[in-house]
Amino acid sequence: MVENRPWLTVLAHATLIAGIAAIAFPLYLTFVASTLTLNEIVEVPMPLLPGGQFWENYSRVLTAGTAFGAKAPVGRMLLNSLVVALVISIGKIAISIIASFAIVYFRFPLRSFFFWMIFVTLMLPVEVRIIPTFKVVSDLGMLNSYTGLTLPLIASATATFLFRQFFMTIPDELAEAARMDGAGPLRFFWDVVVPLSKTSIAALFVIQFIYGWNQYLWPLLITTDESMYTTVIGIKRMIPGGDAATEWNLVMATAMLAMLPPALVVVLMQKWFVKGLVEQEK
Amino acid sequence: MEKRVVFRSAWLPYALLAPQIAITIIFFFWPAFQAGYFSFLLQDAFGLKTEFVGLQNFVELFNDEHYLKSFKITAHFSALVAFSGIAISLLLATMADRVLRGALAYKTLLIWPYAVAPAVAGVLWAFLFAPSIGVFTYALKQFGVDWNWALQGDQAMLLVVIASVWKQVSYNFLFFLAGLQSIPKSLIEAAAIDGASPLRRFWTVVFPLLSPVTFFLLVVNIVYAFFDTFGVIDATTEGGPAGATQILVYKVYHDGVKAGDLGGSSAQSVVLMAIVIALTVAQFRFIERKVQY
Repeated sequence: MVENRPWLTVLAHATLIAGIAAIAFPLYLTFVASTLTLNEIVEVPMPLLPGGQFWENYSRVLTAGTAFGAKAPVGRMLLNSLVVALVISIGKIAISIIASFAIVYFRFPLRSFFFWMIFVTLMLPVEVRIIPTFKVVSDLGMLNSYTGLTLPLIASATATFLFRQFFMTIPDELAEAARMDGAGPLRFFWDVVVPLSKTSIAALFVIQFIYGWNQYLWPLLITTDESMYTTVIGIKRMIPGGDAATEWNLVMATAMLAMLPPALVVVLMQKWFVKGLVEQEK
Repeated sequence: MEKRVVFRSAWLPYALLAPQIAITIIFFFWPAFQAGYFSFLLQDAFGLKTEFVGLQNFVELFNDEHYLKSFKITAHFSALVAFSGIAISLLLATMADRVLRGALAYKTLLIWPYAVAPAVAGVLWAFLFAPSIGVFTYALKQFGVDWNWALQGDQAMLLVVIASVWKQVSYNFLFFLAGLQSIPKSLIEAAAIDGASPLRRFWTVVFPLLSPVTFFLLVVNIVYAFFDTFGVIDATTEGGPAGATQILVYKVYHDGVKAGDLGGSSAQSVVLMAIVIALTVAQFRFIERKVQY
């Protein structure tokens, strides 16, 4: 702070508190709705304090799903989301780190060609090539499978760039010393590069875990089998539309469950997350 | 920038690159190539016959008033999302940069919506604004506002904008905060000694210094509004009512998946790819320029 202006400090706190309240209010109401009965919710206006249905609603969705919308239990969906998020985040990190290692630490024909090939994938988000990608995955027989849910999303130009950038900052002396001691490239990779990259790996993990957990369009297209739904898709499927009543209390309990794991990852790994996010874009 | 010390191997670098390149070819280049190819084809209603029609799909596309309307809606939508998202987060970041006490707590409480899936954000806001049972709908009714986004296009647009901005504020906030914290305190102090008020300091010193971050966020937010908000829209309005919230990416999905118009949808994909490429180039041009400083 440059100078002491008490009223400005008060204003700053007030604005921040108002901002947090506005951002948190939907979350609070979601939680409230997830502890009520459906009748309490549809009676306008719904109560603004939590009700007594917490265990009933949560255990109901975890084991049985809804009556009118998707009937798959949310426990299974959470497992699917977890598998998808972990495979995508770990897979992305694994294939990107070795690809950047090859690009940074070797000279070989077509090196820059491969680099550019990875680079242009930045320009092809899944949303613009929905139908042909769907066709490829369906031709490969990967519909309704974990492979189909994860593999097409594993290639990542951003992760490759981040590692490349980081590797450029590793002092050349380390590679020289390793070579003099007779260590091959793979030995150098495992014993020097990977331990040094720990922070970047942690940062990328947070970002990619959230990316994987929150996938929507892709699982929507390739999962028709209820047992392969991810949680985010499950919520959408629980809202039947048309005349059938939406069981909002159960939908909201599922929404809470869908938000909890990624929010925990962000809050608990905040330091790495912020570092990774801000550095990724540099 | 190149490494001075490198390893030598005839096969290892290719083996290390193989997984990334294989996935890239199978799931990126091949589908993108097919989207380009399909966009020149016309399929009959039963999917039995396809013929090569050249640029006819594109010509039809740009003569289709629904498509042109969708363009306009997308421009409108992304301008609203980018502008309000950036304005709100800049305000919050400026305030958060000022406070000393509780800074970490504020930050933690502001960043969690980043973790919320766009589709879930959509469901949350759709519930709050639900035409019959929503809490906000009820409150608005007390003020005499007849709220029903299922029927009124403007309100549907407002709903998806609110849900999209709500989710994106935390991302913008973190970038602005990092930008503000990297501004040398001596500059602000010098301005303060010269007698500039906090507001004046903000507009003449801080804001110009933040302009690279702001520009970067503008591009990111436009890309976000173009593509990542698919979940918000599909979980709430599904492009309705009467196409009032049908942004381009939703139309690709709707025409290709729901209406089964392969050629038309692929032509739209090609147009979208051109837009992404333009945006990415803009972003990198700008980053290159920043590096030269």
